[in-house]
Amino acid sequence: MTRKDRMNSSMIQVYEIESGNFTKAGEAAGNIKKLLRQLGIDAGVVRRVSIAAYEAEMNMVIHSIGGIIKILIDPEAITFKARDTGPGIEDIELAMKEGYSTATDFARELGFGAGMGLPNIKKCSDDFIIKSEVGVGTRLEARFNIST
Amino acid sequence: MQEYYHSVTLDKEKCMGCTNCIKKCPTEAIRVRDGKAHIIAERCIDCGECIRVCPYHAKIAVTDPLSSINRFKYKIALPAPTLYGQFKKITDIEKVLVGLEALGFDHVFEVARGADFVTEFTKRQMADSDSPRPVISSACPAIVRLIQVRFPELIPNLADIQSPMEMAAQIAKEEFSQKHRVSKEDIGAFFITPCAAKMTAIRNPVGFDRSSVDGAISILDIYGPLSTVMRENTPSKVPGRFQNATFRGVAWANAGGEVDSLDMDNHLAVNGIDSVIKVLEEIEGNRLSDLDFFEGLACIGGCVGGPLAFENSFVAQTRLKKLIHKMESPKPLSPREVDDAIEIYNWRLDKDILPKPVMKLDDNISMAIRKMEEMERIYGDLPGLDCGSCGSPSCRSFAEDIVRGYASEFDCIIKLKEKVRILAQEMIELSDSVPTGREGRAKGEEEPYEDK
Repeated sequence: MTRKDRMNSSMIQVYEIESGNFTKAGEAAGNIKKLLRQLGIDAGVVRRVSIAAYEAEMNMVIHSIGGIIKILIDPEAITFKARDTGPGIEDIELAMKEGYSTATDFARELGFGAGMGLPNIKKCSDDFIIKSEVGVGTRLEARFNIST
Repeated sequence: MQEYYHSVTLDKEKCMGCTNCIKKCPTEAIRVRDGKAHIIAERCIDCGECIRVCPYHAKIAVTDPLSSINRFKYKIALPAPTLYGQFKKITDIEKVLVGLEALGFDHVFEVARGADFVTEFTKRQMADSDSPRPVISSACPAIVRLIQVRFPELIPNLADIQSPMEMAAQIAKEEFSQKHRVSKEDIGAFFITPCAAKMTAIRNPVGFDRSSVDGAISILDIYGPLSTVMRENTPSKVPGRFQNATFRGVAWANAGGEVDSLDMDNHLAVNGIDSVIKVLEEIEGNRLSDLDFFEGLACIGGCVGGPLAFENSFVAQTRLKKLIHKMESPKPLSPREVDDAIEIYNWRLDKDILPKPVMKLDDNISMAIRKMEEMERIYGDLPGLDCGSCGSPSCRSFAEDIVRGYASEFDCIIKLKEKVRILAQEMIELSDSVPTGREGRAKGEEEPYEDK
């Protein structure tokens, strides 16, 4: 498939994520799952993307002051992008460790902040990049290949 | 066998074309077109929600009439434990079983006994299997089908164990044919059912080829004749002739009965299809990974809440609880009995359970993406009222129906009204404009302004 063909049959969906809104939390990930299923994407891929999307969404709800999730789908791959404004991550290597968390007590009382978010996203994706600037915000991108 | 047999069907005569059922269907399987409801066969899971909600009783569950047992030389009744909760002042299960015999059955075998076996099989499988957790009970056929349609990622979690009904049929036929030295071909086993999905599961099993059950008679149909014979029967028969299920097996009729019988710590039992969907979403999102076993039942209250049960489900539930509390339970199964059963019977589901990707827009992913974009565009133009007047359950599913070619934009009454307003506006404008080059005036027209 040429680059042009891929561009012609690709789509983008954008979701706004609100900080601290736990009633809405998980909605974007749910919508992404439904979307991928309607597109007929393989069940295993759908599951991996939705887990990653949920974790990223929760991270934004808990830690950031708001952000955007973008999902790009073309016949070969799904690219998931999350960008937020917020405190950023001081030590990314530490944040990628399972069990490490800086979540507030309130978030923990709700059952979040187990320190599995980022490691989970990485585990689920085929390609994973994270960039962060302290005091500005965090961007992450995860790629999922669609096996055909 | 038809590819899509369904017990749940529509009585077209009675259907008024209202939108109650389309809004309640958990798989969006119903549309109203040309003033009548249509069930999309690929999507229907026979949960019976539409039967409960239809104010005109136009949704029905097709089951077998009692007379159908006469197709067989020997007839066995397989009563669901829900049946016991239908009768006022019930103190003795045997009385119900003897009543069934009086209706023309040669033998009665409790499905609750089948449940006793399923419990033991599940315990063994949980002990030595590394299947994905939580293991999801496959006892409720509507939930198995729901998973095929809406949660295909969870198919590997389904317990690959036959249902209590199937186990009861296999065991009852084997024992009867041994005892009376008759061929199994001559024995018909009939499930006494509160459940429409079970009827479908008999005709069209999921996970194996052929059901050992030969038909299903609804509790609604059998309640009348059965209560009559129960009243007339003198309870002089030998006690315990048919009754052999433990109280734990009987408890399966109520929500939570299955998990209680498993004696396990990390389990969860949820009933009512909307609640089950919410929890399955959690499981699918890996958010309940510490759970070992999940029991999901489509009907509120469990099988006692089945659409073909006679008694109010809460009343039946309470009655069953009392009955279980007081009952002198027959002996639980010995490990030996369980070993033997594992040897003799087909207790596992031996065929793969396949996903039913009915929500998919197109087989070709590029095409699907294009359709999805078209769908989003159409959806953006719709009023977002989810009123159902177009015959689709929501604006989103309506947009989907348009893209699939099953509906057109002006089936939306809001869009239609908008269009009519624009057309009317255009007509007024047209009628206002006087054709140029026309000299005279039509009758009744005012004098044109004089040129000053």
